[in-house]
Amino acid sequence: MGGMARGKRPPRVGDGPLVRRLLIGLVLILGAFLVLAPLLIIGVEAFSRGWAVFRDTIAHPDTQHAILLTVFTAMIAVPVNTAFGVAAAWSITKFDFWGKRFLLVVIEIPFSVSPIVAGVAYLFVYGLQGLFGPLLDDWGIKILFAVPGIILASMFVTAPFVARELIPLMQAQGRDLEEAATSLGASGWRTFFSVTLPNIKWALLYGVVLCNARVMGEFGAVSVVSGNIRGQTNTLPLHIELLYHDYQAAGAFASASILALIALFTIIAKVALERQGAGRVRRPALVTQPAEKAS
Amino acid sequence: MKIRLDHVVKTFDTFRAVRDVSLDIESGELVALLGPSGSGKTTILRMVAGLEYADGGHIYFGDHDATGIPVRDRGVGFVFQHYALFPHMTVAENIAFGMKVSKVKREKTAIAARVVDLLRLVRLEGLGNRFPAQISGGQRQRVALARALSVDPKVLLLDEPFGALDANVRHDLRRWLREIHRELGITTIFVTHDQEEALDLADRVVILKDGQIVQQGTPEEVCRNPQSAFVMKFLGDANMLQAQVRDGRAYASGAAIEVGGMADGKAELYARPADLDWSAHGPGIAASIDRILDRPDSRRVLATTENGEHLEFDVEPERPVRANERGFVTLRRARVFAV
Repeated sequence: MGGMARGKRPPRVGDGPLVRRLLIGLVLILGAFLVLAPLLIIGVEAFSRGWAVFRDTIAHPDTQHAILLTVFTAMIAVPVNTAFGVAAAWSITKFDFWGKRFLLVVIEIPFSVSPIVAGVAYLFVYGLQGLFGPLLDDWGIKILFAVPGIILASMFVTAPFVARELIPLMQAQGRDLEEAATSLGASGWRTFFSVTLPNIKWALLYGVVLCNARVMGEFGAVSVVSGNIRGQTNTLPLHIELLYHDYQAAGAFASASILALIALFTIIAKVALERQGAGRVRRPALVTQPAEKAS
Repeated sequence: MKIRLDHVVKTFDTFRAVRDVSLDIESGELVALLGPSGSGKTTILRMVAGLEYADGGHIYFGDHDATGIPVRDRGVGFVFQHYALFPHMTVAENIAFGMKVSKVKREKTAIAARVVDLLRLVRLEGLGNRFPAQISGGQRQRVALARALSVDPKVLLLDEPFGALDANVRHDLRRWLREIHRELGITTIFVTHDQEEALDLADRVVILKDGQIVQQGTPEEVCRNPQSAFVMKFLGDANMLQAQVRDGRAYASGAAIEVGGMADGKAELYARPADLDWSAHGPGIAASIDRILDRPDSRRVLATTENGEHLEFDVEPERPVRANERGFVTLRRARVFAV
């Protein structure tokens, strides 16, 4: 390198000290104000009236019920959406069929539609004035303002998570492995469990973690269909809002801290999974096997 | 196992990939399906395997109609172009997979013993515990072959077996595959777009174009007696000169050649680079040298005739030819096809 005399030049295009400091500074400041400060406030406010109030809020039957309902919703919505996601990704990436592009678009809809819209749509489908409402009412099945409605709305909002993680990965992997397994005599199930699943497991778990976080935190769609009945149809996010409107700020923040804790675990799980190669960073070594010299 | 394709047809949407192909493959034969991309060779192989179903026609294994038998039960060994080794399994687990999932139950110890045998066959002893990502391309190719052989297939099918390997490895693996074939005597079909590979390895070469067989025969037959301009061009470098046939002779740019029995009219004359020679004096095709490409065993001369036709031919390494030299190209032998 003969460029010692030009040492003041940036090492790469656009990498001047001024640009670098300005950008990094801007991001740090915005991050602190937009993300870090509100999170800190949750912790501070939760304990602002002391440990006893925090404990009482958490131990209150309504809060307990809200936590249980949230967990229960996740226990149903997450497995169903996982099964849906795997099936959708499998059919889209391994088969050709009419309407494949349409299915891809449909899977994306919950991401682009506001959750409130989803909730309202459910009102029109299952509500008393809605499409199936009267029929369901005749049979004595209650969907809206009850637990089934909450689960349905949560499922709608989180439907794309697993599928979206799997589709790009499975597309990159192609059909060769499954064809190889079948040509060796493996059945469909055997192929799925012995060949497909091991190669998508990290991406699958990653999708499940994100899906779970969203189910537990979902507010918009659920608030429309739940009816906010304390101790009956209140999930944790709805409970927080209720407490806040009741001027129980400390209680609201205490409940919020539980959601924040769940978020923390989610992030830890997410980072751990990304280390295993899940997420948007693909593992090219396992996807393609380029030409190499034999040693 | 004898294999017979009887008027097989395959169409993808509107693309007619395979059009009415009939082919007999003898038991124990090693056959190459050779053709440019889009000629339908891989589709034929996949139909024999059962990975695709034929739209029309029949595929027989022996006397048995196998057309509708799914790949799982067809009893073929398939080696994929990119090997399709299971990345989460070791080499030994990859080879054992077919035996583990088979409907025929095998003892664990029997499977382990067979894996050791197969690793020895493909000369990968001691690599059983490696993962596919930890071995070279040539080794992966051999693992893929061992895995395909593990289920005692009636037919071995290989899709571009050496396509993803570099030239030296390819050369060694070809010889090795030929040895394995002699040892096992299993009916083998492989697909390639590389004429040299097909001619080196196969007992019989089937040349395909646009989903149809254009010629088949032993390497000697197709090389010595190409029946169309396409086969002539596809099997190796060929020079083409516009020619006129008159009274049993073809005339092209000052050269003439006997073509007994051909009707008068326009024709194309094809000659291999080795079938042309260069001399300073006539008679011959007057030309000037554009460029010389030096190679380890010869010198390739690029020349242009007075009619503006480009020719390529080889001269001995010690021949002192130079660019811009003028002289005459002589024709040692050539083939003429009517247009």
